[in-house]
Amino acid sequence: MSFDDTLPLIFMAVMGLAMLAYVVLDGFDLGVGMLMHRATPEQKDVMVSSIGPFWDANETWLVLGVGILLIAFPKAHGIVLTALYLPVAVMLIGLILRGVAFDFRVKAQDEHKPLWNRAFFVGSMMASLAQGWMLGRYITGFADGWQFTAFAAAIAIALATAYVLLGATWLIMKTEGDLQARAAGWARLAWLPVAVGMALISLATPWVSETVRSRWFSMPEFIALLPIPLVTAAALVTLRVVLNSPRILGRLCWVPFALVVAVFVLGFFGLAYSLYPYVVMDRLTIWEAASAPASLKVILFGTALTVPAIIGYTVFAYRVFWGKARELTYA
Amino acid sequence: MDALLLARLQFAANITFHILFPTITIALCWVLLFFRWRWLRTQDAAWLGAYRFWTKVFALSFALGVVSGITMSFQFGTNWPGFMERVGNIAGPLLGYEVLTAFFLEATFLGVMLFGHGKVSERVHLLATFLVALGTTMSAFWILSLNSWMQTPAGYEIINGEFHVTSWAEVVFNPSFPYRLSHMLLASGLTVAFLLAGLSAWQVLKNKANASTPKVMRTGLTLGAVLIPLQIFVGDLHGLNTLEHQPQKIAAMEGVWETERGAPLLLFAWPDEATRSNRFEVGIPKGASLILTHELDGEIRGLNEFLGSHPPVAPVFFGFRIMVGTGVLMLLMSWLGWWMLRRRGWAPDGLPRPLLWGLTAMSFSGWVATVAGWYVTEIGRQPYIVQGLLRTAEVASTTPAPMIALTLAAYVTVYLALIVAYVGVIAHMAGKPIDAPVRYASTRLTQATEARS
Repeated sequence: MSFDDTLPLIFMAVMGLAMLAYVVLDGFDLGVGMLMHRATPEQKDVMVSSIGPFWDANETWLVLGVGILLIAFPKAHGIVLTALYLPVAVMLIGLILRGVAFDFRVKAQDEHKPLWNRAFFVGSMMASLAQGWMLGRYITGFADGWQFTAFAAAIAIALATAYVLLGATWLIMKTEGDLQARAAGWARLAWLPVAVGMALISLATPWVSETVRSRWFSMPEFIALLPIPLVTAAALVTLRVVLNSPRILGRLCWVPFALVVAVFVLGFFGLAYSLYPYVVMDRLTIWEAASAPASLKVILFGTALTVPAIIGYTVFAYRVFWGKARELTYA
Repeated sequence: MDALLLARLQFAANITFHILFPTITIALCWVLLFFRWRWLRTQDAAWLGAYRFWTKVFALSFALGVVSGITMSFQFGTNWPGFMERVGNIAGPLLGYEVLTAFFLEATFLGVMLFGHGKVSERVHLLATFLVALGTTMSAFWILSLNSWMQTPAGYEIINGEFHVTSWAEVVFNPSFPYRLSHMLLASGLTVAFLLAGLSAWQVLKNKANASTPKVMRTGLTLGAVLIPLQIFVGDLHGLNTLEHQPQKIAAMEGVWETERGAPLLLFAWPDEATRSNRFEVGIPKGASLILTHELDGEIRGLNEFLGSHPPVAPVFFGFRIMVGTGVLMLLMSWLGWWMLRRRGWAPDGLPRPLLWGLTAMSFSGWVATVAGWYVTEIGRQPYIVQGLLRTAEVASTTPAPMIALTLAAYVTVYLALIVAYVGVIAHMAGKPIDAPVRYASTRLTQATEARS
């Protein structure tokens, strides 16, 4: 394969990793947003403190992911975003509401605070459900029919629940005391729907898509791929066990979060395997959709130069706010 | 209404809403760096108070800019799918470099800048603030490069209808880019200058002034008084550059229907597209020719030379007059205000109330001038999306009109509510006393109880 032919592959990988980074990073803060209505006013403030310094950079990964789709695969970008026109609008309005509610809730008049808290909750919910719906539509190549609609609806609920689980385990890691204990309870509640949802979707995906079926259920691929579902199941079971242990309120507070991230990463690789080499399922391969090699090289140069720096200073920012969430002030 | 017009309206609504906030954050971040630096140098708590209050305004503006910017990154695809298919090889890398070099930088260090006190050293904090300022400015650099390229394309060739790059240097530094970038950065500076001065004047009027108010007002008026003549100069250069590359835009701005020598500078007129002439003309004889060609009898090419490919005249004509009119008001108010404030020993309490009310009324005048200016340049490029090469109608979305209308209504509702909330909250914050200093040592190890800001 020549270098020019490898370029679309590289960009597919970068786009996939940007999307994975987005789902994990914005996933936890969307999840925290969807848990807001269950907390006391003081706990709401701590919850927002735990994500305040990060949410903006987290959402930038979405811009990078969509940006690469736009830049590297312009033909796919048009098809995907035209097909997902309405859910995209719902997601964007959701992201607008929650993004501004972060700031407005502490700066507006006190009597307006509950209103902005509600905007934060509703916006987080809208964005999560819309993202799940889009994922469901995308996997099936935007096929029409009741089973595909039901599939998309199931993924919408499953992804939102998975975000809630991720958010709850983030709070276990970043908070203390009563809120931490409650977060563990929320995580236990969210666990069952996530586990059942993942199992159902793993069965439903090959059912709705011929391509996925032949990818997974042929020998010897089936055996080679078996570790993905097995490790995912093991991670989920371990998660359920540790959620009952009091030690997650102490030194091992990071374990549940790490386990959920592992489930997301495994799910991502399973999905990537199902889709490859299509950028629009069964319609457009990454090579058919790619931009001119000359332009891809220009962006590759910039990507190779900047992404390590971005990862470096992102790690720096997370280290600055390491440990339990504290009061946020613009001192 | 047809889908094309709706798609344009939707994009215009989003981009109009978006531009309001970067216009504030680009320059405000540098002003914050200045406040912080003055505080470190003088240890005068008034500078720290100014820094704290304007950081809140910055954070709020930044959040609104981010969310509307994310919306825009999607609307490129939902509203103009053909644009990226045809021009993707040029627009893609420019947008990509914006995300890679600017978005991540500003978004990541914003967290450290806003909440990092007591967690990082003062030097690292200053560096974080500087990197946010650099990020916002770099973002403007890339976006204006792309926009300028759409106005004055260069460094490309067209193969099978797709644009390919022949020289990246010519693409990035295309003919109108230096003018447009300077014009926009100065516009941002002026927007912030009048916001600083206007909000301070309002605090004085409402007896809410604090120790920071005189310093902020002096900063605002000085910034405005220095930048406005520069802006007028750069604006003139930008106009001459447009005359060279987009004469049809100038013809629409000046309301010149037929090519003429010694064209008048129209102060007011009612351009009538149907009769292709102006009604109610009030003008200075030979003025437009003098300004644009620096000769009394210089020739201005009229719209008659661009039949079927010139922009709608009225919005460009009026947009230009609103922008220039606001600029003239800015010149008068900043110079008068600066001079009077200086005569009163930089104490704003002694300023005459009409002047204070005037400055208050001009708090958001930068928004008016900026949006009017953008309408001139963007509507002035129509019916093309890439001047002279690609028509907007060729790249529009195939999304059904009712769907666009529905989402347009939803966006506009949200945007209007947010603008009202934004202005309301800024006024609310300006009325509150400045925060007491925070002691880090005591809060460091205790559990977070409150996300006050």
